[in-house]
Amino acid sequence: MARAMGFYTDTTVCIGCKACQVACHEWNQIPTKSDYKLLGTSYDNTGALSAENWRHVKFIEQFSDDRKDGRWLMMSDTCKHCVQAPCLDVCPTGALIRTEFDTVVIQQDVCNGCRDCIAACPFGVVQFSENTGTVHKCTLCYDRTSAGLVPACAQACPTASIQYGVIDDLMERAKGRVATLQAKGETRARIYGDKDILGGLNSFYLLVDEPEVYGLPRSPKLATRNVLPSSLLGVGSAVIVGLIGLLSFRKRRMDSPPPSTQA
Amino acid sequence: MMYPVVPPEWGWPIIVYFFLGGLAGGAFFTAVLLELVGGDADRQAARWGYLVAFPLAVVCGVLLMADLGRPERFWHMLLQSQSSAPLLKWWSPISIGSWGLLIFSAFSFVAFVDSLLALRRRAVGWGLLPPGPLRIGFLLVGALFAFFLAGYTGVLLNATNQPVWTDSPVLGALFLASGASTAMALLALLVLLSRGAHSTVRKLEDADNWTILFELILLVLLVLSVAAVTVGGTNAATVLLRGGYGLTLLLGVVVVGLLLPLGLHLRPRLLGPANPIVAALLVLLGGLLLRYVVVMSAQAL
Repeated sequence: MARAMGFYTDTTVCIGCKACQVACHEWNQIPTKSDYKLLGTSYDNTGALSAENWRHVKFIEQFSDDRKDGRWLMMSDTCKHCVQAPCLDVCPTGALIRTEFDTVVIQQDVCNGCRDCIAACPFGVVQFSENTGTVHKCTLCYDRTSAGLVPACAQACPTASIQYGVIDDLMERAKGRVATLQAKGETRARIYGDKDILGGLNSFYLLVDEPEVYGLPRSPKLATRNVLPSSLLGVGSAVIVGLIGLLSFRKRRMDSPPPSTQA
Repeated sequence: MMYPVVPPEWGWPIIVYFFLGGLAGGAFFTAVLLELVGGDADRQAARWGYLVAFPLAVVCGVLLMADLGRPERFWHMLLQSQSSAPLLKWWSPISIGSWGLLIFSAFSFVAFVDSLLALRRRAVGWGLLPPGPLRIGFLLVGALFAFFLAGYTGVLLNATNQPVWTDSPVLGALFLASGASTAMALLALLVLLSRGAHSTVRKLEDADNWTILFELILLVLLVLSVAAVTVGGTNAATVLLRGGYGLTLLLGVVVVGLLLPLGLHLRPRLLGPANPIVAALLVLLGGLLLRYVVVMSAQAL
């Protein structure tokens, strides 16, 4: 396999222009709804990731009650392309695959819309489209990267908030940036998506607050971690139910004679 | 911020599938147990079990296909779409569940035909499979798949990242017990309606009483295990128990579906001849409501 490729998103330089969202829609020819409006609570107008929005710029306002102190946090969110991907694990059809770039892609001609991957994704990324009857998410522009191109969103980002490259190189760059920010007094700077989270996120983030502030789970887990303990308890239940049946159904002296009318 | 997850929007087809899957599996393994250790009088109930298990499995398959976004691609669950080679991911509950349902359907089909042939011939014994080690072996292997079908749906829910589902490993055990309980109720009902042996009904009710008690213990464990998880300041038990879901779980599942039938079984003359019929119907209703509460509460955030 080629070296793992992915995104490093430095949220401190995101200006919320949404060029990434537009580029994603244009390149992937994703249909958009015609009735987009501002949500009324921020400059966000798509609200969340969806089957039609594979990128979503989050606008997070942190202001004091008197509005004297505050800051905007902006973050271009997308699929995390987890190294240990819960969606890929549970997919029963093999529609979800890991590419040679260590990214996670849904094969649209294989997916049958069972939606188990939606239930498994701890980030709420994978979503169902009524139009296609299948699930959708960011492909990390597999068609472009296969041809040696940069994904459309990273190409369009005017501030280099979204950077594409070899994960090891990007991580080194991000750690340097965290050190710089912390030296300048932004002690909350941190990386979200190093190897401590699902083996590493191939779309990882530099945050300047707790993950929950950005709508990210603190410690997302593999969905399939539960299969063994849950199955063992199921076997225990089967043994108990089986014993109940064996003890209750055994032949007794007081049994009725066989009925003449058969079932 | 609580759970940054998106619900899979599994609705009534899945709820009913979970219920009927438990019923199909439960009917089959209850029938096998009745046949193996019961008396001649219990044979009719066993036959009913085989007669209902296969049609229920067929309905299960139809429900699963209907719920897919692309039903015509249902076979992608079993075969690789490019090579048509078998596809089995043992760590994916839907993958292994699809194979489990298919294999159970095959076993239940043979048992169904066997019972049908025996009926047509008005045979005292059995139709396709003569009594003997082969028959016993066949039924025991079929019963393993029946247990699997009744319980794997809870494991499937647990192997997600949705609130409640992911928080309790007892769901598989609970669904299996519920599948057994509802199947015992269904067989008791069918024996009653076909004027079968009262001793068999009593055996089924006895077994159901113990299964109901076991189910109650598992329900308490479900609530305790869910209550042990707090995400983003919100306790997962509040997701399971809030509003109408908590009420449905307490009144619909526990009181109507478990305690009332238990009481009716222990006071068999309370409602006269209707007593066992009402008890069986209440157990069936409780089983359906259990799936409803578990499936829907987690998705209604």
